[in-house]
Amino acid sequence: MLDVANLTVDFRVDTGWIRSVDDVSFSLDAGATLGIVGESGSGKSVTALSLLRLHNDRATRLSGRVSFDGQDLLALPERRMRELRGRDIAMIFQDPMHSLNPVLTIGEQIGETLRIHQGLDRKAAQVAAANLLDMVRIPDATRRVTDYPHQLSGGMRQRVMIAMAIACRPRLLIADEPTTALDVTVQAQILELLRDLREEIGMSVILISHDLGLVAEFAERVIVMYAGELVEDAPARTIFEAPAHPYSEGLLRAIPSADVDTHRLYAIPGRIPDPGNRPPGCNFEPRCSLAQATCAASPPPLDPIAPEHRIRCPIRSAAKEVAE
Amino acid sequence: MTEKPDNTAPIIRVRNLQCDFKVGPGGRGKRILRAVNNASFEVMPGETLGVVGESGSGKSTIGRMLVGLLPATSGEIELFGETITGPTGRRALARVRHRLQFVFQDPHAAMNPRMRISDIIAEPIDVQGGWSRKDRADRVAELLELVGLSAVFADRFPHEFSGGQRQRIVIARALALDPDFIVCDEAVAALDVSMQAQVINLLMDLQDRLGLSYLFIAHDLAVVRAVSSRVAVLYAGEIVELADKRALYQSPGHPYTQALLAAIPRPQVGARKPPIRGEVPSMLDRPAGCMLCPRCPKAFDRCKVEAPALREVAPGHSVACHLFEGP
Repeated sequence: MLDVANLTVDFRVDTGWIRSVDDVSFSLDAGATLGIVGESGSGKSVTALSLLRLHNDRATRLSGRVSFDGQDLLALPERRMRELRGRDIAMIFQDPMHSLNPVLTIGEQIGETLRIHQGLDRKAAQVAAANLLDMVRIPDATRRVTDYPHQLSGGMRQRVMIAMAIACRPRLLIADEPTTALDVTVQAQILELLRDLREEIGMSVILISHDLGLVAEFAERVIVMYAGELVEDAPARTIFEAPAHPYSEGLLRAIPSADVDTHRLYAIPGRIPDPGNRPPGCNFEPRCSLAQATCAASPPPLDPIAPEHRIRCPIRSAAKEVAE
Repeated sequence: MTEKPDNTAPIIRVRNLQCDFKVGPGGRGKRILRAVNNASFEVMPGETLGVVGESGSGKSTIGRMLVGLLPATSGEIELFGETITGPTGRRALARVRHRLQFVFQDPHAAMNPRMRISDIIAEPIDVQGGWSRKDRADRVAELLELVGLSAVFADRFPHEFSGGQRQRIVIARALALDPDFIVCDEAVAALDVSMQAQVINLLMDLQDRLGLSYLFIAHDLAVVRAVSSRVAVLYAGEIVELADKRALYQSPGHPYTQALLAAIPRPQVGARKPPIRGEVPSMLDRPAGCMLCPRCPKAFDRCKVEAPALREVAPGHSVACHLFEGP
């Protein structure tokens, strides 16, 4: 259903153009869940925003192909794109308070989507909004539609955002760090809600998060991004049980465990290179314990090492071939 | 160097600590929000007491009261033998203040962007006064090395550093006057996983080398497990469980601790358990009974009418729950 090929995103800065996302390709079937993980600056959110072309046109250069049901979203006129946003592809963000209008009731805000895309009148939209609040498990929905955002808790606000996103029963929902601002018990509730709604509506979901635990619980397939590149793409079980890229491996090892005592945490040495100052070879080479001279020479390709499993690391790809 | 106290007496004693905020226009309203209710605990020299809880649980309020940034409404705080609450509290606090420090969540907000790193780190030294220019420069270099940064960074500005490096600079500043006790309030929450591990390891190394005690406030239970010796779990302003790390994580007693541990997203496929229902209640107009009662799967009649007290259920392990008292 969604097929992203060679997506590259550049941003204009004072000194020229900076590459934020570099040659990212992945695909997503109808009804499937995909997790995109990476640390800040890895390009995961920029990738997601590019799918909907939500960047400032003048300061951004997009290339590659994003085909959604056969049409290339990067080539679509802005007017068609506007029809598609919220109707076929919806998005929820990290901070619900900043995404809601404080002077409109939540019923008006949810209804707006329906009035625009489905041509409902004010009254019908209000009724539909109450139904949606009920769908996202907000108790006493018919009374709550007239509440303002400040009257709701953080968890309830995120439920309202989800209600807005699913109003037109989109085929794809992009959730960018949807639970990062929430407490751990509320986070678990929101994740469960997303899981239930996905089945009820039959939509595909892309979950973007820095929290590997969250992605493990939700996604069937995971891509790991590092410094603007896709470094590993595999079924979730493979990523969490047998990651092949040294960065994915390091990231998993660096998470403190809630279940065993550790004396010292594993830490990946160094830090993510700045977008304007990436090394000539593999981006992870300066921090990698497996690095060899060839790694610093040229950027490594993304190689398939098993069915449904691609990595950007020639050292590990070669080791895998030898093992077989 | 200050004389380190003997290792058997707590450096911090907190008894029945309470913090009320007046809610309403300009903070002068009639309604009272009790942010912290009847908290008692101790911190031993060289140990890390982890404080976990969700937002609004009162964990930061406790941290701020401990270092005198916020007055306690009632109760007693004793730091290094000086009682900093009550009528003579302010003078007592002045005597021990150089032994306390604070590290906040956002290192960017904790630094003046127009100051050089050397001036940021030396600020506590400048406030104390009496240092020669050379001693000051030597101390800055020493502190930078201590937190794993090169001394050549001294002349740079905050914007030249990543989040992880900035947090190291904030830690270097906290160490400037050789404190005994540091409150770390979500000190690694804003950092990426790989940076977070580096900073946690640094905090633990510094503890070993300098004999520091920490009050480590965090919402992330896995991080707290990595750094703490003992852990206090807060819910709606009350300590609901206090125990050694091992006991707390392996045999949590309080239903809330159990729910919290179950809710942690784990990086394993299929590790999920059903979440606890509901959200933290409003802390205005506290109910008579247990604060968790409306959400608690194990609640019974007594929970609705009577608040449970924190009581010891095993040596060093206290739980505030009626389940441990019989019906």
